[in-house]
Amino acid sequence: MPDSLKKKLKLKVSAINNGTVIDHIPSENLFKVISILGLQKVKSQITFGANFESEKLGSKAIIKLSDVFFEADEINKISLIARNANLNIIRDYEVVEKRVVVVPDEVIGIVKCFNPKCITNNEEITTHFHVISKNPLDLKCKYCEKITHEDQMVIK
Amino acid sequence: MKKRDLISITDYSKEDYLRILELAADFEKNPNQRLLEGKVAASLFFEPSTRTRLSFETAINRLGGRIIGFSDAGSSSVSKGETLHDTTRMVSNYVDLIVMRHPLEGSARYAAEVADVPVINAGDGANQHPTQTLLDMYSILKTQGTLDNINIFMIGDLKYGRTVHSLLMAMSEFENPVFNFIAPDELSMPEEYKLFLKEKGIRYFEHSEINDNINHADIIYMTRVQKERFMDPIEYEKVKNVYILRNSMLQNTKPNVRILHPLPRINEIHTDVDSNEKAYYFEQARNGVFVRQAIIAHILNLK
Repeated sequence: MPDSLKKKLKLKVSAINNGTVIDHIPSENLFKVISILGLQKVKSQITFGANFESEKLGSKAIIKLSDVFFEADEINKISLIARNANLNIIRDYEVVEKRVVVVPDEVIGIVKCFNPKCITNNEEITTHFHVISKNPLDLKCKYCEKITHEDQMVIK
Repeated sequence: MKKRDLISITDYSKEDYLRILELAADFEKNPNQRLLEGKVAASLFFEPSTRTRLSFETAINRLGGRIIGFSDAGSSSVSKGETLHDTTRMVSNYVDLIVMRHPLEGSARYAAEVADVPVINAGDGANQHPTQTLLDMYSILKTQGTLDNINIFMIGDLKYGRTVHSLLMAMSEFENPVFNFIAPDELSMPEEYKLFLKEKGIRYFEHSEINDNINHADIIYMTRVQKERFMDPIEYEKVKNVYILRNSMLQNTKPNVRILHPLPRINEIHTDVDSNEKAYYFEQARNGVFVRQAIIAHILNLK
C-alpha cells in the first residue's frame, strides 16, 4: 500500500486515547462480532469500519472502542468468526499491548448445533460445545454429542 | 457429594462398569432386595418404549420402590406445551430418582442439569442408551466368563444403531477386543468409530456379507436394518434379505458363541435360530432387569 493511501486510511478512522482496537476482522463478519461482544450496549465511543483493503484478508473490518478493555475469555469468543483478529490495547494514544484471539476449549452460546434433533434446537437452551479440533474447527455438542464442523457452523 | 447420573456410557469408567456388573450378578442371585423402600422414582417416557419401561419399572418394584410417571408424552403436561425444563424441575421436587426416555438428542443431559436428583437416560433419540450397553456387557460376561479377548461381530445397521456404537466404546476399555463389522455400504460403521479403534490400536475388520467369517465369533450382535434409513427404497429392497441370520449359518460357529440383539427383531434373525442354544436374545432382555437394579443401586449408593 503506498504511503499516501496509508495516511488516508488513518484519517478515515480517528485515533483513540484509551481503549481497544480490534483489527483484521473479516468484513462480512463485522456485525456478528459486534453482536457477540454485545457492543450495542457499550456507552462509550465506538468507531467501526468495513471493507478496508487488507493484504491478509483481502477485505477487513476494524472496531475502535474507547475506554473498553476485554478479558481474554470474552474476546476469544470472536475467534470462531474472526480467526486472524488481533487486539491493540491503547493507553494515552500508544499501543501498549498486542494480543491475538485464540479459539477457546469450550464454546458456550454463539454457535447453533447443526443437529435439528438436538434438544438445544427445540427448547430455549444455551448451546455448549467442546472444541475437539481448532483447525479446521470441530465442535462437539455437550448435549447431543454430535459434531458440528466448521462448514456447518451457524452463528446464533 | 455431586449427584451421580447415567447419561452416556462414556460418563463411566471401567471400574464403574465392573462394579455395576458385579452388583447385577448379586441381584440375579437375589432379585428382591428392598433397598428402595420408602423411595419414589419417576419413570418419564416422553415416547413409548414398552420393553425398556417395563424393565425399569420391574427393577424399581423388585427394589421395593414406588413409581410415578407417564408412558407417552400424550398423557402428560407436554401435550399442553410444557417444556422439558419445567417438567423436569417439577418432577425433581417429588422424587428420589428420574428415569427418562425422550425422542430428542441431548434431552437427558439437559434434564440432569436441571434436576436436583439423579437422572438415568433410558434413551435420548438416536444418541445414547447406556443401560442397554451395560446389559449387553453383562450378557457377554455371563456367557463368556470374561470381557477380555472377545471377538465381536456386529451385523446390520451400524451407521445409526446407537447400541453398537456404545458397545464398541465400552468394550474398547477391556483387553484385546476384536471387532468385525458386517453392513451394507449405506449403513456401514461411521469413520469416527473406526478412527477411535485405530487410535487405540484395536483390530477391526469389515465384511459385506455374512459368511464363514462368523465362525471366529464369540459374540454375534445383530441389529435391525430399518427401511426408513434408506433414501432410495430400491437400495433397501436390495439389502433387506442379505443380513438375515439363519440357523444353517451357525453350523460351524464356535461352541461358546452367543447371539445378542437389542430387540425388537423383525426378520433379521430367522425364527429357526430361536431354538439353537447359541441364541441368547431373550435371556439378554431378562438380564436387563438385574442390570437396571444394579445401576439404580450404584447411582443412589444403596449398596
